[in-house]
Amino acid sequence: MSAPKRLRDGIPAGAILSRADAQAIAERAMKFSKAEAVDVNLGSNVSTNVRFADNQMSTAGSLTDVGFAVQSWYGTKHAVVTTNDLSEASLKRAVEQSEVLARLAPDDPDAMPLLEPQTYETVDAYVDATAAVGAAERARVAMTALGPTRRSGDLKAAGFLVMGGGASALANSKGLFAYHRSTNVNYTLTVRTTDGTGSGWAAADHPDWRQLDFEKVSARAIDKARASRAPQAVEPGRYTVIFEPQAVGDLVQLIAGYADARLADEGRSPFSKQGGGNKLGEKIVDTRVTLFSDPRDAQVLAQPFDGEGMPLARQTWIENGELKTLQTSRFWAKKQNRTATGGATSLKMQGGSASIEDMIKSTERGILVTRLWYLREVDPRTILYTGLTRDGTFLIEQGRISRAIKNLRFNESPLFMLNNLEMLGISERIAGTEAGGAVVMPAIKVRDFNFTSLSEAV
Amino acid sequence: MTDRRDFLRTTGAAAAAIAFASTPRRAGAAPALDHLDRFQSGASKELLLDAINAAKMAGASYADARIARIRQNFVVTREQQIVNVVDTDTLGCGVRALVDGCWGFAATRDLTRDAVTTAAREAVAIAKANRIARDRSVELAPVQAYPNANYKSAYTTDPFDVPLEQKVDLLLRANAEAMKVPNVKFVNSILFFVKQEKQFASTEGSVIDQTLIRSWPLFAATAVKPDFSDFQTRQGAEAAPMGRGFEYVLQCDLVGNAKKWGEQAAEKLTAKPIEVGKYDLVLAPSNMWLTIHESIGHPTELDRAMGYEANYAGTSFIAPPEDHLGKLKYGPSLMNIQGDRSQEGALSTIGWDDDGEKPDDFLIVKDGVFNDYQTTREQAGWLRDWYGRQGRPVRSHGCSYADSWGSVAFQRMPNVSLLPGTDNKSMDDLIAGVDRGIAIIGDGSFSIDQQRYNAQFGGQVFYEIRGGKLNGMLKDVAYQIRTPDFWNSMDAIGGRASYELGGSFFDGKGQPGQVNAVSHGSPPARFRQVNVINTGRQG
Repeated sequence: MSAPKRLRDGIPAGAILSRADAQAIAERAMKFSKAEAVDVNLGSNVSTNVRFADNQMSTAGSLTDVGFAVQSWYGTKHAVVTTNDLSEASLKRAVEQSEVLARLAPDDPDAMPLLEPQTYETVDAYVDATAAVGAAERARVAMTALGPTRRSGDLKAAGFLVMGGGASALANSKGLFAYHRSTNVNYTLTVRTTDGTGSGWAAADHPDWRQLDFEKVSARAIDKARASRAPQAVEPGRYTVIFEPQAVGDLVQLIAGYADARLADEGRSPFSKQGGGNKLGEKIVDTRVTLFSDPRDAQVLAQPFDGEGMPLARQTWIENGELKTLQTSRFWAKKQNRTATGGATSLKMQGGSASIEDMIKSTERGILVTRLWYLREVDPRTILYTGLTRDGTFLIEQGRISRAIKNLRFNESPLFMLNNLEMLGISERIAGTEAGGAVVMPAIKVRDFNFTSLSEAV
Repeated sequence: MTDRRDFLRTTGAAAAAIAFASTPRRAGAAPALDHLDRFQSGASKELLLDAINAAKMAGASYADARIARIRQNFVVTREQQIVNVVDTDTLGCGVRALVDGCWGFAATRDLTRDAVTTAAREAVAIAKANRIARDRSVELAPVQAYPNANYKSAYTTDPFDVPLEQKVDLLLRANAEAMKVPNVKFVNSILFFVKQEKQFASTEGSVIDQTLIRSWPLFAATAVKPDFSDFQTRQGAEAAPMGRGFEYVLQCDLVGNAKKWGEQAAEKLTAKPIEVGKYDLVLAPSNMWLTIHESIGHPTELDRAMGYEANYAGTSFIAPPEDHLGKLKYGPSLMNIQGDRSQEGALSTIGWDDDGEKPDDFLIVKDGVFNDYQTTREQAGWLRDWYGRQGRPVRSHGCSYADSWGSVAFQRMPNVSLLPGTDNKSMDDLIAGVDRGIAIIGDGSFSIDQQRYNAQFGGQVFYEIRGGKLNGMLKDVAYQIRTPDFWNSMDAIGGRASYELGGSFFDGKGQPGQVNAVSHGSPPARFRQVNVINTGRQG
């Protein structure tokens, strides 16, 4: 396919706001402001997708949109109005409406003054090759799965490719301006056997279209589907479990939602200390566990500022098993005389060197888990969650995979799990979130993971 | 009192005219006409016809276009302070085209003739590109044309007309009541409103205009033990989201209920932990709705049964259809499950669906036996044999929905409800028939496998039942079910007077993910010998 054609097919010029355009629009909007202070948030994106299932094409689409949010301030009173219309009239209307609402709002005692201008790292996450991809190329990706599964006679594929680009910008009346743009490709594929007993999942995610190996994803999902046929039941109970990186991410990402300093200090968090205070500085998981956020990490490439415009650099939450930092808002930092952390835009768990094969070889009896499903909080005091295994669950006996097993429900906490760490694998970017993944996780082997019931679901 | 709507009326158009006249056009900004004015004047309907005509001209055998404005209003408070006030507003046009049996979809926020016809042609181009991967053609079931249809949902007070102060005052008064309770240290409350105005046109000859409002008061009180050894939260699950206006929020008596919810949060700190075992359960409608949603609503979606959600939401244990329709004994003969989009005030209630079909009421489970799936125009034909044997026409149940102008329509859940019994039993009557059991009020933690067999549900408050009477509060309770066994263990349900609606604003499905708002009506119901676990592990 020739280059000009690809460009016409891809993201249209101007659909993703450049730094200069975003800054000009933000400044124009803020000129309408009569409030004591104002901040604006401007996003633009193009998202395209193709979906297939039951070995058929399903839906496919393209969406071009923008989002403009303005927050007006009178002292500690504030309110937000958003619109997706960037016309002068619309911007003015949004600004004035936010002023009306802010004046009516009660004082917010937690409100903090707007940030002064900040200096940000640049993260280069926008890849022209991704932006140039068109509908015909996306349809051909579908064929990398549909071709082999249709030919096979015993397999059905269901998959989803979503890709595109976007830019986000923040500005405020103190002169702060932040801008970041990115592209992303996310591909997930489930292959099921036509006898209804096997299901396999595989996925890939990257800002750069050229980094995804679609044939490899297909081959992996097909292998898992066939290997998982005719699963047998095992008794629920405590097992040594090898989790692939996606499954680790499913559980470990949950910790971030609870690692808030204020909740801990107020006694309603797993990181609250009995008798008062929090668990900062305490060993909370195995000493080999280090969990951090770093927008510039080569496997991550995330937005280097948060929703308030706080610059984000490397921030370590758990270091060598010790609770190092709790996410701390600007308000709570001021009140407690601590440092504000900003809101994280990525999460990475430091990997080790073990391969999944090494983990299997070292396991007398255990379970290999591909991914997890429908995780829901059961007890916020311990981050105890329930959920199920899905799309490739296998029994390991005497150092090898012996057979496919039926799926299992667990009731378990990622904190308990990371205390029972046996082996640590190599970290990789995971793809299980369709919004795209700035999440990097290793495979791990743990002992005594708590499965509580069997599921017949395939 | 100034509110947002008045503000728009008085300044919108004039401001638009002045601002546009003085501003040069530039990339990514300042489209030629004010979209909101065009939409509000009804002129956008011409754009719908332009879009579907452009799709036809480009080769579509069928096309539809939807222009929608979706507004949301959130008022968020904690304890005695405001957290945020947010108004969102989004407007745009989505065009869906069918070419040689393949779908394409494209959406633009620009409400200009040029933009919507470009989107229409892009939808056709995407459909054409996908033909290389086509194996089976999409065929749509017949639909009647509705050339000038209008619908407005059941609200009397538009929440977007209610002054902000009134909303804030209501929440802060409710918060204050809960905070009076000893050990209640934290309260979070939110009023959340959605208004959808959508215009639809299709090449079948329909032009449909609908306005829908949804309201949801959210409340949670958290009690903390003074020594930080425990904290417990009670959510106001009984104040369900509804397809109603601000009048519904006032009926919820948030201030009166807040005291009760606060007291129950505090009582949970001293409640007795449950002993693991099998118990008879009496579930209130505020708990039942979510169990119905997960274990009946989702597995009876026809796209799931056919594998269309295999890569995300999952498939269904009720597949293939021919092995289960008229054969699967879902539950006892007193069990009748209705799908509808007609119950007044329910979240999925609508005049016409996003295929332009008028939904009908249908029995998913009839006298305990599985009877029908949820369908769209694309899917109805897949059940041709079943409908033929029953002498019923092949017709969609009207379950097509897209959550935004920028989303493609697909099969979403209608209101799915357990119909009440005929003998007018109350929840107390059901409890009286239990020797050793648990009564559960409100929805809590929920999780179900991807084929909807194995599920685990919590609740908000749990009471021990001994000898037909309530005997104090329990905590750390969750019940685990295997769907067909659970429903077949149901031996009694409440009557019409005990029937209530529960529901969700955020039922997720599809790729790209979309949310659906859906209600589930139910009387209280009793289940025998259900597996109950204790969730209060410490390590």
